[in-house]
Formats: sequence, C-alpha cells, structure tokens
Amino acid sequence: MDIRKIYAIWKKQIKDTLKNKEILIQFVMFPVLAAIMTNSINIDGMPKNYFVSLFATMYIGMAPLTAMAAIISEEKERGTLRVLLMSNVKAGEYLIGAGGYVLMICTFGALFFGMIGGFRGAELAGFVLAMCVGILISLLLGAAIGVKSRSQMAATSIAVPTMMVLSFLPMLASFNDKVAKVSKYIFSQQCNKIMEGIGVHGAGTQSIVIIGINFLLVIVLFVFLYRKYGLE
Amino acid sequence: MNHDRGIRIKGITQKFGDQTVLKNIDLTLEKGEIFGLLGPSGAGKTTLIKILTGQLTQTGGSAEVLGTDTRKLTSEVYTKMGMVLDNTGLYERLSCRDNLALFAQIYRLPSTKIREILKDVGLLEAEKRPVSKLSKGMRQRLVMARALMHSPEILFLDEPGSALDPSTVQEIHNLIRKAQAKGATIFLTTHNMEEATKLCDHVALLHEGEIVEYGNPEEICRKYNHQNRIKILLKNGDEVTFQNESKAAGKIQELFASEQVESIHSTEPNLETVFLELTGRRFE
Repeated sequence: MDIRKIYAIWKKQIKDTLKNKEILIQFVMFPVLAAIMTNSINIDGMPKNYFVSLFATMYIGMAPLTAMAAIISEEKERGTLRVLLMSNVKAGEYLIGAGGYVLMICTFGALFFGMIGGFRGAELAGFVLAMCVGILISLLLGAAIGVKSRSQMAATSIAVPTMMVLSFLPMLASFNDKVAKVSKYIFSQQCNKIMEGIGVHGAGTQSIVIIGINFLLVIVLFVFLYRKYGLE
Repeated sequence: MNHDRGIRIKGITQKFGDQTVLKNIDLTLEKGEIFGLLGPSGAGKTTLIKILTGQLTQTGGSAEVLGTDTRKLTSEVYTKMGMVLDNTGLYERLSCRDNLALFAQIYRLPSTKIREILKDVGLLEAEKRPVSKLSKGMRQRLVMARALMHSPEILFLDEPGSALDPSTVQEIHNLIRKAQAKGATIFLTTHNMEEATKLCDHVALLHEGEIVEYGNPEEICRKYNHQNRIKILLKNGDEVTFQNESKAAGKIQELFASEQVESIHSTEPNLETVFLELTGRRFE
C-alpha cells in the first residue's frame, strides 16, 4: 500500500464530488432536513430528537451506499478506473482512497447530526460512533454494488432498492409491528435504536450482535463480488 | 529475459470461445522504434494491445515488455509504460490540470511538470477548463499529455489519430516523434495507412488475426511494386505510362524538353493496395 497514491485518490475524489451535484446532495440533504425539521416542528409527545435519529438512520442507509456505488460504477463505466489501475494504483489503494473520502464526509455529517441533537462530550462521541459503524457497513455494501456493476445505471438499479430498505424500513417499523420484526435484523434499525438510547442507556447486546453479523455478511459479500468481478 | 528489447512477442494466440482472434503472432520491437500494427476493424489489434498491457491473458505463446512477461507485469514496469487506449478515461468534471495532477502525484512528479506537459500539448490556455468542455481533439491531446508526462519507456497508442481533424493528427504525430526522440519505444495500432507510412519505422499488416506482411513501410511498398511504371500527365490532359526502365528515358526526356509535362508519378503501391493484394480486402 502506498499512502501517497491513497492520498492522490482521496484528493481527486474531493475535487470531483464538489463538482458532482448528484453525489453532493446525498451528503447534504438529510443533515439539512434534520436541522430544519428539528428547529421548526415541535409536537407534544414527540420523542426528543425524533427527526435527528430518523434522518440520521436514513443518512446511514442512503448516503454512503449510493455515493460509493456511484463513484466506483462511474469510474468503471468511463474507463478512469482502468487507467488508474494501469498506472500502478492497486485496487486496495483505490478502494481505501475513495472509501476514506466517503467515510470522512459522512463522519462530518454524523457530527452535524449529533450537534443538532444537542449531544455533547461522551454522548456526542457515542452518537457519532454509532453512526460511523452504520456508515462503514453501508459504505462496504455500496462498494460491493459498485464492484458488481458495469455502469452507473446498473449500479443505481441495485442501490436504490437496497437503500430504500435500509433507510425506510426503520421508519416504517415504528408504525408497524410486522415490519419491525423484520427490520430488527438490519444494521440501520439497530443503529437507530442505539442512537435513540444515547443519554438513556448504552448499546444493547442484541444490537451489537446484529450489527456485527451484518458487518460480517457485508464483508463476505464484498469479498465474494470483488473476487468474481474485480475492479475492471 | 532480454532487457535490450522493448517488446518481444512469440507465438501469441488468443481465442474467445471457438473464435481465434490472434494466430501465432511473432514480433520484436527494438527500443526507440515506432511500430505500427495495421489492420481493419476486428483484425485483433486491440486484443494484442490488451495482452501486452496485461489486461488480457493470452491463450497461447508469450510476450515480454521491457524484459518482463506480460502475465506478470510488475509495478516497476507499469510506471515505465504510457497508454492511450480506445476509452479516454478522463475525469469529465475535473479540469485539465486536475486530471494531470492526480497522475503527477501517482508518478511522484513535481507539480511544475503539469504546466510543462500542458504547454507541450498546446493545452496551457485550457488548463482550468473542465474536460467536459473540451473538443475531441483537445481531449486526445490531454490523454497524450497524461501518457507522456512521466516520460515512459514504452508507449501504447490505440488508434491515436482516429476521428480527429488533420491539424490535431499532425500535433499528435509531433508528440509521438518527440517521445521517440527521448528514447521511447512506441507501439501503435491504426487503420490509417497514411499515418503508419508517415510515422512508423516498421509496420505489420494484420488480417484475421495473422500477420500477412511485416517490414519498413517504404520497403513493403517497393516489394509489391509489380507494375513498376511511371505515369506522366500532360498539359493537354492526356496521361502516358512508361515502364520504369532505361528505354523510356529518352521518351520522358523529350516530353520534358517540349514542356508538355504537367506532373509525373511512379506507380509504387501504398500500404492499402499491398493489403488489398495480400488479403483481397480493403481497410475499413
């Protein structure tokens, strides 16, 4: 691994995303919505930080997944990834550079959600950590979709339904018990549970186990798809 | 392994299913030469480039680039290679400068090299322009800049002048010659005979996966000059043809002396007619 090459990819990704509105909006939309809703809507009986945990969960399921899938599939479609690999950039260096960038931006997003939620100190750190674990799983899943897809359109056709399940199932679960029985096995639901419990109780064993299993499954999926399709 | 040779290809065969795309190809490119692989679309030119650049593993035979088997190309060899492939692989939203900055960092080049190479390819004024706003010719020059910026020892060019206007093609040719002058070995594919004749030290004519002729372009044309005639267009519009031999000298001299000659041409074939003679097929 060459840190200089990872940094070059990371820097390129920053420049590119600042000019890519489709990706940029993914990073900005939910934090902004959470800030607006939290400050403008106040209904009696509504749980504290309802909008923060709601949009933070959607952010976990959507932003890293779609961004990573779009970045990799676009590079494959346009042939830029092939040029990088032929210029002696290793696949791992590319994935760490691009993934590191998405993780960094999403961590800023997580910090922003935490600030809106009024968390400070250890609570803020716990909130950001819970989000970051979810972001990392979502990012790996997005990378797996990007690796599998030959074009952006192909990636979108897989990323959108996946993102819908991860983002909206936890919200639907709060209204429907049958949905809740299914969604409790999804990492975004468990991240939501941990975020809602911050300041009240710590992360439950069930949540940690489910998130851990999700993490392992996504790693296995990524490795399988990477070995099958590679980055070419 | 032979490190003195740029590229060595021995008995390369490539099959895709039942179809044989390359049949027992043998070639050697000495360091510093410009070699052109000529053939119509679908002849197998890009397949051979893919094998040489390690993108494809051949079905049979072996190939070496800078003394390294193409199935085991190392990081060190890749950093000595420059490529202009069929798909440009440019970042559309980034500027010309940012596109090159990425590769300058990858190749550990000083940032001053970016402006230097942009100047060489005539894109300094478009330095900050996004690739999406460049013309096709400017994009091709940027791709050339990216391929040349680290002064590669081997340059692979897949149809470098394809679909470009004549002035851009001329600029690209100048860049290729400059790279050669710096010692680079250049492997290019083209279906443009004129381009090959102007640029290449050696060419190979590829037809349905087989090399049907190899050599210096002028020597190949002379070899197939069966007619060996001289055509003279007279000022009255008539055309007279003489066999190219000593007996004709007096008659030709008479035409010149009486100031009847409008133009005079020898009838040696070009690479296209040689290809037609060898394969019965035109370049398309």
